[in-house]
Amino acid sequence: MNDETKYLLKKIASYAVVFTLVLWIILPLFVTFLYGFTTAEDYYNPDKIIPTTFTTQYIETILFTLGAWDGIRNSIIVATMTIIISFILGIPAGYAMARYIFPGKDTIKLSIVGLRMFPVIVMAIPLVVLYINLHLIDTLLGVALAHTAMALPFVILITSSIFAGVSKELEEAALVFGLTRLGAFRKITLPLTLPGLAAAAMFTFVMSWNEVFMASILTLNNRTLPALILSIVAGAGGGAAPDYYKFAAAFIMTLPAMVFVFFTRKYLVTMWGITLK
Amino acid sequence: MERRSLIPYLLLLPAIIYLLGFIGYPLIQAFYLAFTKDGALSLDTVRRALSDYYFWDALRNTLLFAAVIVPIQLGLAVVLALFMNRTFKGRDLGIYALIIPLTISDVAAGLIWFSLLSPYGFVNKLLMNLGITNTPIYFFGYQFRTREFFVIVLAEIWRATSIVFVIILAGLQMISREYLEAAEVFGAGYWTRLRHIVLPMLKPSIQSALIIRTLFAMQIFGIVLILAGRDIPVLAAEGYRQMVDLKDPGVASIYALIIAGISLILAALYVKFLRAEYLEVSRQ
Repeated sequence: MNDETKYLLKKIASYAVVFTLVLWIILPLFVTFLYGFTTAEDYYNPDKIIPTTFTTQYIETILFTLGAWDGIRNSIIVATMTIIISFILGIPAGYAMARYIFPGKDTIKLSIVGLRMFPVIVMAIPLVVLYINLHLIDTLLGVALAHTAMALPFVILITSSIFAGVSKELEEAALVFGLTRLGAFRKITLPLTLPGLAAAAMFTFVMSWNEVFMASILTLNNRTLPALILSIVAGAGGGAAPDYYKFAAAFIMTLPAMVFVFFTRKYLVTMWGITLK
Repeated sequence: MERRSLIPYLLLLPAIIYLLGFIGYPLIQAFYLAFTKDGALSLDTVRRALSDYYFWDALRNTLLFAAVIVPIQLGLAVVLALFMNRTFKGRDLGIYALIIPLTISDVAAGLIWFSLLSPYGFVNKLLMNLGITNTPIYFFGYQFRTREFFVIVLAEIWRATSIVFVIILAGLQMISREYLEAAEVFGAGYWTRLRHIVLPMLKPSIQSALIIRTLFAMQIFGIVLILAGRDIPVLAAEGYRQMVDLKDPGVASIYALIIAGISLILAALYVKFLRAEYLEVSRQ
């Protein structure tokens, strides 16, 4: 075998691998979307692998009769509150980690990394008891506060590495030219770190959007989308909803996530790179 | 800079107070719920938890899921990341496809795989029309627990390998080209470079990925409820049931504490056995 055929074979193999990968990820999504719009007759027709008649009826039922629309709204509200609270608390902490040297810094940083490993399930159950006393049970604020506890360690670590990426000299130069430290932060550091912070915000959003255990335990009437869908369709054996409702539900849950990945794909990889240094 | 300043502490204080309140307090409360009865120390709740019909099954299944899923994900992610770290046409498309599942929740992933494998699902219709089987293959239902287990593993690998992939790929991109080029100059082949340079330098990334994935595997919940219901009991789902259906916060706390305990032990083992050598050297 000469080098040219070897090179060609390698190239073909590469493309085969990429193609298989893309297919492996995309095909399940494609089938779900297709079946989410299938009529019941086509779905139960064993000869129709690819349905030919379509309806939005099941998606509409889930959205408007079974309350998924409220679930989406609740999820967005909870995720937005989570971003706001965890950024108000996390940005100063991340900035302190990036810019100051102080006794106990390593211990604090290690504790925060440790908290990141804390399973949310341990938090959820005692929180129910606390929330009943505080009248936070079944409120969106309650879920957002719990999601903040989950997201805050991430936000501190991510923002601290983002701030560390802006050189100290720029800020010091601003101080020399008469800006206060807060002014230097607002005029110099913040604008430079805005894209990174936006990516961190989106990551926080996704964490909250997908979380199901705490949302299920802390709410009953005001459920986020995953918690609501879980209560509608849980259990393949004794699931309450017919199959085609499940696919419609999957479509509703997945589409926003895919749109999100499309817009953040550039940041997702780099963000993990800097976070885990 | 300002070495003896209070400012950094003041900046950190709100976040630390919040975390102590929302993680520290529930942790203490969980121990209290689990180990007391009427205000006095008691193992009554522990006994109630251990004698539950589903307890040992749940513990065994959870560990089994973690033991099967996490190593496959790590192996697959390393191979994919090594492959995707080269430059070729279509690489961006491949990476994009691989990170799509990052934002798909376990509930959605469960529903997606159900649509493929249900009796009237895509796979069964395809197999029957190709003449490979005459009757649909049942993947779901109490009689088919082994298949349900297999489907959950498959769905988890489909959904959550991407986070491992992203972490490993980010780790690969941080390895300096110079090391590899130097090794190449001295005649090291691909496998030698992989074994002696790339993999050792990937250790911190592998460690992070393993810790994150093991942690979430121990909490496996939504995807199991969707695909298997209670056919395959797992710790988190049993904790949920104790809390929501049986209104027993004490037993639910024990389930949660067991999950936390096992996670911490495994994380400590990863930290101990995957120590990054070159980081140790630079610290001296």
